[in-house]
Amino acid sequence: MAKKPAARKAPAKSRAASKVSETGSSIEDPDFILHSLQEEFEAAKSFVANDEQMLEFYRQMLLIRRFEEKAGQLYGLGLIGGFCHLYIGQEAVAIGLQSALDNDRDSVITGYRDHGHMLAYGIDPKVIMAELTGREAGISGGKGGSMHMFSTEHKFYGGHGIVGAQVALGGGLALAHQYNEDGGLCLAYFGDGAANQGQVYETFNMAALWKLPIVFVVEDNQYAMGTASSRSSAETRFHRRGTAFRIPGMEVDGMNVLEVRAAAEVAFKHVREGNGPVLMELNTYRYRGHSMSDPAKYRTRDEVQEQRDNHDPIERMKSVLIEAGHDEADLKAIDKGIRKIVTEAADFSENSPEPQPAELYTDILVEKY
Amino acid sequence: MAIELKMPALSPTMEEGTLAKWLKAEGDAIEPGDIIAEIETDKATMEFEAIDEGVLTKILVAEGAENVAVGTVIAQIEGEGEGEDSGSGAEAPAPPPAASPAPAPAAEAPAAVVAVNDPAIPAGTSFTSTQVRDALRDAMAEEMRADRRVFVMGEEVAEYQGAYKVTQGLLEEFGPKRVIDTPITEYGFAGIGAGAAMGGLKPIVEFMTFNFAMQAIDHIVNSAAKTNYMSGGQMRCPIVFRGPNGAASRVGAQHSQNYGPWYASVPGLIVIAPYDSADAKGLMKAAIRSEDPVVFLENELVYGRSYDVPDLDDHVLPIGKARVVKEGKDATIVTYSIGVGMALEAAETLAAEGIDVEIIDLRTLRPLDKQAVLDSLAKTNRLVIAEEGWPTCSIASEIVAICMEEGFDHLDAPVLRVCNEDVPLPYAANLEKLALIDPPRIVEAVKRVCYV
Repeated sequence: MAKKPAARKAPAKSRAASKVSETGSSIEDPDFILHSLQEEFEAAKSFVANDEQMLEFYRQMLLIRRFEEKAGQLYGLGLIGGFCHLYIGQEAVAIGLQSALDNDRDSVITGYRDHGHMLAYGIDPKVIMAELTGREAGISGGKGGSMHMFSTEHKFYGGHGIVGAQVALGGGLALAHQYNEDGGLCLAYFGDGAANQGQVYETFNMAALWKLPIVFVVEDNQYAMGTASSRSSAETRFHRRGTAFRIPGMEVDGMNVLEVRAAAEVAFKHVREGNGPVLMELNTYRYRGHSMSDPAKYRTRDEVQEQRDNHDPIERMKSVLIEAGHDEADLKAIDKGIRKIVTEAADFSENSPEPQPAELYTDILVEKY
Repeated sequence: MAIELKMPALSPTMEEGTLAKWLKAEGDAIEPGDIIAEIETDKATMEFEAIDEGVLTKILVAEGAENVAVGTVIAQIEGEGEGEDSGSGAEAPAPPPAASPAPAPAAEAPAAVVAVNDPAIPAGTSFTSTQVRDALRDAMAEEMRADRRVFVMGEEVAEYQGAYKVTQGLLEEFGPKRVIDTPITEYGFAGIGAGAAMGGLKPIVEFMTFNFAMQAIDHIVNSAAKTNYMSGGQMRCPIVFRGPNGAASRVGAQHSQNYGPWYASVPGLIVIAPYDSADAKGLMKAAIRSEDPVVFLENELVYGRSYDVPDLDDHVLPIGKARVVKEGKDATIVTYSIGVGMALEAAETLAAEGIDVEIIDLRTLRPLDKQAVLDSLAKTNRLVIAEEGWPTCSIASEIVAICMEEGFDHLDAPVLRVCNEDVPLPYAANLEKLALIDPPRIVEAVKRVCYV
């Protein structure tokens, strides 16, 4: 688990909730539902992946890492403008969760740190990078930018720039799943900063009241911009914040893709069975600044280095693969292949033309009046 | 002494009601807290509770009587031990309901001068007089029958039957899955509605009033209006945000504001503000069918007024088209929503003085039917805008700009704005009246542009 800047998290085992369930059944414990998912997850914390799955997790996380590193470079060169929020360090969250989705029916929505969630879908890195550079070939035709990307084809509903708005919108996507009886669920990501927005709790209330099929995911990367969660949040154990709405919470090491995937299996099953929402807290760490213009005065280099050295999700996966018999050379070859894909995406995004001036006036309204 | 029971005002805008049922008979003993009668207002059926003790001696308004004005004496109670003296009470009977003056009648809409020029209504079509609220409800019901993706959500829309009875009967017909009562949580349910639209449904989100939608305006503007553009046309948000807008009656500054100019300034939104029942129905149906997000601004004071609705199976009007409500040659009054009624009243006064005005009802505030305004200006060369709302950065300001930029050569006088005073709406009856536009102010402005 990502070590928190402040030692504020008690080990999960010591929680009173666990003790209750050791001695009592759900009938005796009215709050059973609030902690039962966490217990189910802790009983089998690591997803048992086959070789192919492990390699795929590794490959996908590495793609996000290399893509984001390249995006950072292009930003430095002035090819990407405005706000650009990188996902480096958080890769295991999107990959662990989204690998457990049923892509034929489930939907995903997130905030502005959205590149990784799109790449996790297997969306072509070229059209994502071209959106970052504001080109015609970008997935939004260059009119959205880094924070506003969508792929309705993949049921990926953005990419939203207003902190917390995606939570209520995700509630609506879940309502649509329920209304259409399509068996799908919505995975709605938000950060530890967005977790303090009022509409998040308005949505929790309605989602629980109406038993909407939605998984709320707090990606706790420890900082809301430059404000440490302990400085902005009275309750930093975000998975507890659904308790007032009877939403079960789960606390997960977001730096370990196999644990994230195992937790996802438990949460998704619960939601898919019609039991209403689950709130997952994914503890993770953002290596880079909040955005490209972040001076990072609020934390030390040592803190970041400690995370990189001891908790890096990709290095962890690499160790697992080596233990499983893969040699370094094979993994290097994967990295090389990914670097090539990313370089091609960057070239594509630089060479794609800017949108035609006439595009200024398109897509404002769907119909003509 | 007899105690007179008067027809109570049960809502800020109630002027009259129906005496639905007497629950006590003449001669019955009455205790404080007893329910004496049921009174139906335009919003709800309310119980009328006794606050005095005594015997119900006289019922003066029969059960089932409609249009009983607020303040009309409907019954008498004799206090205990006062029966002997009360003979004199009978000598001064309350005036019959018919004769009782209605207190402070609101500006009744004059008979609409029908100059309907919508292509959708064929000649020979019959009409049925319908309240605006019912026309809106009928529009929603028809579209819900036709398209299972359409549903309604909001505060009190289902079991309460709508805070202003606009959704009355929908729960019964469509069930709780499609008529959803929400908690009091505007920001949250506006977001859920917008998300559901992005997910392929067609929500109608009712705000109890648009004043409360300020809590939700982020989703209306940032989520609903902009996503299609930001996604390069991938992400649609076919949603209708609807509810009463503008000043009601004596509800003070926080509950009395016209948001037309706010929403009309946002690219990506459709903004509709109808006046009469036919437009309310035809434009609501169009709004629900649209693939774009629509802000549909109704008016509480108009809900209870009745106007003709064409008897057509599918009365749908075009979005973005103004209507010539009344043709005229001397000056043009551009207006919308409740302003249309005031303009019609002003037109009658002006006609008596020999000034023949043309009235344009914008109906849609975005996209604005500029051509209709410019055509009328080219014809009359004089123009006044009547808007129940603040003057600064208003629809009126926008019309002035359009006339300057594109109609300058046709102007024989400066364009004038007739708007509310530039103040928060006060509560006191006299001050409220001073702050709001009214027909005399429109008359005065038209005379000024006509230099008479």
